[in-house]
Amino acid sequence: MRAAPVLRLAPTFATKVTIAPERVREPIQDEDVAPDRPWVTIVWNDPVNLMSYVTYVFQQLFGYSRQKATALMLDVHHKGRAVVSSGTREQMEHDVARLHVAGLWATLAQD
Amino acid sequence: MGRFRRTRRGVELRLDAAEAEMLRQLLTELTELLGPVDGPPAADSAARDPLEAMVGMADPASPPPELPVDPVLARLLPDGYRDDPVAAAELRRYTEPELRREKLAAAKAVLAALPATGGRLTLDTAAAGCWLGALNDLRLALGTRLEVTEDTYAELDRLPEDSPQAAALGIFAWLGWLQETLVAALARG
Repeated sequence: MRAAPVLRLAPTFATKVTIAPERVREPIQDEDVAPDRPWVTIVWNDPVNLMSYVTYVFQQLFGYSRQKATALMLDVHHKGRAVVSSGTREQMEHDVARLHVAGLWATLAQD
Repeated sequence: MGRFRRTRRGVELRLDAAEAEMLRQLLTELTELLGPVDGPPAADSAARDPLEAMVGMADPASPPPELPVDPVLARLLPDGYRDDPVAAAELRRYTEPELRREKLAAAKAVLAALPATGGRLTLDTAAAGCWLGALNDLRLALGTRLEVTEDTYAELDRLPEDSPQAAALGIFAWLGWLQETLVAALARG
């Protein structure tokens, strides 16, 4: 291998200063207006995660077959996103947290 | 060049000294970026509400945490809601400390196992999981810092071979290749 270049993962400036304007809060929506609509976990495409790795994570976290996991991975890759699980809000928050541990870009939403 | 392989004893990894040193340097930076984990120290957790201790709950009176400003941290610790900053902040309050702990634990386990001068490692399932998570977090961090896109590998061919950008992307590509061999070894398990 070539001699190692200096790579900086850490930000250049140790002190964090924000000039961002204060975020305007949207009014909190009542989440119980449509209790029969299930919640879903969505995985979004990103340019870093390996296709093989994403497939492996879907198999490991959700117990999906290699075929189903591959199909979901290809949906993420080609369509930019895929619904990978559905259920209660609490279950989806759990799924999103596990996907974040694995480094996938996941969010939940009401279907 | 070192790689992961499936053997009868588990997943095996060979690294030379330069590869081990590169991983050590990058993982050290990753742990510095992720740590220390905010929240009460573990020592006083016994005195706290057991449920709070279990879920790692922050002081409910404190303002909810926001998406980190640094794009690398924002990618490693992303929002759980796309269009609802209030819900995202509430979820982050409960999940971010544990997410940081998981990522730090994986990176530190790999750092502790790295052979200083290179060599061969045999990994059990738990150790292989740490390597997989830590390598992926390294690639997310480096890829975000280098602003990698879907077209990066094509652009790499057009960069002068001795440019710093090409060297950094070369490391990113190497990490991806290494992780690919680990996924292949695990998939054969």
